[in-house]
Amino acid sequence: MKLGLVIDTDTCVGCHACVVACKQWNTSGTLGPLTDYQPYGKEPSGVAFNRVRTYEVDTYPNNKTINMPVSCMHCETADCVTVCPTGASFKREEDGIVLVDQDKCMGCNLCAWACPYGARELDEAVGTMKKCTLCVDRIYDELLPEADRQPACVLTCPTSARVFGDFDDPDSEVSRLVRERNGYQPMSELGYNPVNHYLPTRHKPHAETTPGTPLPSLTERFKSWIGKSVSR
Amino acid sequence: MHPALSVIFFTVASGAGFGLVMLTISLHLLGGVPGMESSGTLAAILVGVVLATLGLLASTLHLANPKNAWRAFFRFRTSWLSREAVFSVLFYPCVMLYALGLWLFGGELAWWSAIAGTLAMLLALATVFTTGMIYASLRTIPQWNSPLVPANYLLLGLASGAVLLTALTVAFGGSAETVATMALVLLVIAGIAKGVYYFWIGKPQGPTINTALGITRSRIRMLEPGQSSDSFLNREFSFQAAAERILQLRLIVYVCGFILPFLMLVVLLRTDAAILALLAPLVVIGGLLAERWLFFAEARHVVNLYYGRQQC
Repeated sequence: MKLGLVIDTDTCVGCHACVVACKQWNTSGTLGPLTDYQPYGKEPSGVAFNRVRTYEVDTYPNNKTINMPVSCMHCETADCVTVCPTGASFKREEDGIVLVDQDKCMGCNLCAWACPYGARELDEAVGTMKKCTLCVDRIYDELLPEADRQPACVLTCPTSARVFGDFDDPDSEVSRLVRERNGYQPMSELGYNPVNHYLPTRHKPHAETTPGTPLPSLTERFKSWIGKSVSR
Repeated sequence: MHPALSVIFFTVASGAGFGLVMLTISLHLLGGVPGMESSGTLAAILVGVVLATLGLLASTLHLANPKNAWRAFFRFRTSWLSREAVFSVLFYPCVMLYALGLWLFGGELAWWSAIAGTLAMLLALATVFTTGMIYASLRTIPQWNSPLVPANYLLLGLASGAVLLTALTVAFGGSAETVATMALVLLVIAGIAKGVYYFWIGKPQGPTINTALGITRSRIRMLEPGQSSDSFLNREFSFQAAAERILQLRLIVYVCGFILPFLMLVVLLRTDAAILALLAPLVVIGGLLAERWLFFAEARHVVNLYYGRQQC
C-alpha cells in the first residue's frame, strides 16, 4: 500500500478547516500534543502538521488566487528518514506512512532541514520533532464507522478538495484523479518522489455534474402541487 | 538558516582541534614535529583534543531533547550525523593510546603507538569530513549541497590547526620555520577554496516558487502565509542577514581568516617576533567564527519558496 492524499487546488477555497481539524485531532493523537506558544499572547503560534498558504498566480487580468495546503507528502525517497541519526524517523513498510518515534527523537532538527516541504516542526516545549501522521490513529480504527476511517483533514474539507487513498491501487479514486486531472508532485526536481499529488486548476470554472433522473415537465409539477395544496 | 551559536562554536573549535591533531600526528609519524620536543608534541595533542571535545560538547547544546543523544550512534549506515558521532567517539581511545606512547617513550615511536596515531589521524579526518557532509547531503539547501562544503571544512580545519601548531611550537621554544611554512600553504589553499565557494553561491540556484507550487508558466507571489506570527519554520529557515552586513562579514573572513594571519606568519618567518605566532590563532579563530556564521546565514532553505521567495 502507498497511502497518501490528492489535493485539488482548483476547488480548495483556503478556509483552513483542514488545518483546524488536523490540529484538533492530532493534539490528542499519537504524536500529540501540538503545543501552542503564547496562545492568548501578542504573537500566538504553535506546532501544526498542515498549513495553507495563499498565492496570486499570473498578473491582472489573468490573475488567480491559489490556495496551497501543504502537509507531509510521505515521500518515497524520504531524506528525513535517512538523515535521522537516532532512528526515530521512520517510514512504514506496509503503507508508506512516515512517522517519528517520540521516545527516540533527540530534537536535532536535521530531518526538518532535509524536508523541502516544511512538513516537520519541532515542538519547542516537548523537544521532539512532530509531523503529519496521515491520521494513522484514525484510518485503521475499526471502532469507527468505515466512512470515518479517513484523515481528519479529508473528512472535514467542505469542498472535498482533499481525497485520501492508496496510490498503489490503479483503480482507487486518488489514482484515477491523478490520471484524469494531470495530478503532479510539487518540487519534483529535488527527487523526493512525494506520494501526495496536487491537481492543477481547470481552465474554466467547472462543476462536476452527475446525470440524474430528468425533472418532470412544468405541467406535471403544477398538477402535483395543486394535488398537494387543495384539500378535498 | 538560523545561525545557532552552539553549532558555530562546535564546527570552528572541533575543526581546529582535529586539524591540529591531524597535523601533529602526521608530522610526528614523518619523523618528529620540526622544532618541537616530545613534551610540546604532547601539549599540541592535548590542546587539539580539548578543543575538539569542547566543540563536541557544545554541539549537544542545540539538541532539544539531549537525553536521547546516545541513540545517535545507531544509524551509521544512512545518517552522516550518526557517522560523525561514531567517528568522533572512536577517535578518543586511539588518540589516548597514541598520547600514552608519547608520554612513555618521548619522541620514539612504539609500533602500537604509530598504529594508534595513524588511526587517530584518519578518524579525525573522517570526523571533519562527516561534519561537512551533514550539510552537503541536504538537497534542500542549494548553498550547501556541494562538494565544496566538506572540502572547505577540511581545509579550514587544517589551516587553523596549522596556525595553532605554529603558535604552540613557538610557545615551547622551538623554531617554527617548517610549521609556519606549512601553515602559509594551507592558508592559501583554504582561502582559494573559500573564495570559489563564495563565487559559486553568488547566484540563486535550485528550485523556484514555480516548481514549489507546480505552476511553471506564470509569475507567482504570496498573498498570505496563513499564520498571524512566525512559526518554527520561519524561525529556523527564514533567517536573513542584511546585504551590507554579509559584505562586511565576508571582508572580516578574508582579512582575519586568511590575509592577516598570512602576513603575520610571513613577518614571523622574517623577524622571529614570537608574539605574532601567538596572536595569529586568535585572529584566525575570529575570522572562522565569522565564516561559520555566514555559512548558516547565507544558506537559503527551499521551504522559503512557500513563504514567497522566488528562488533559493
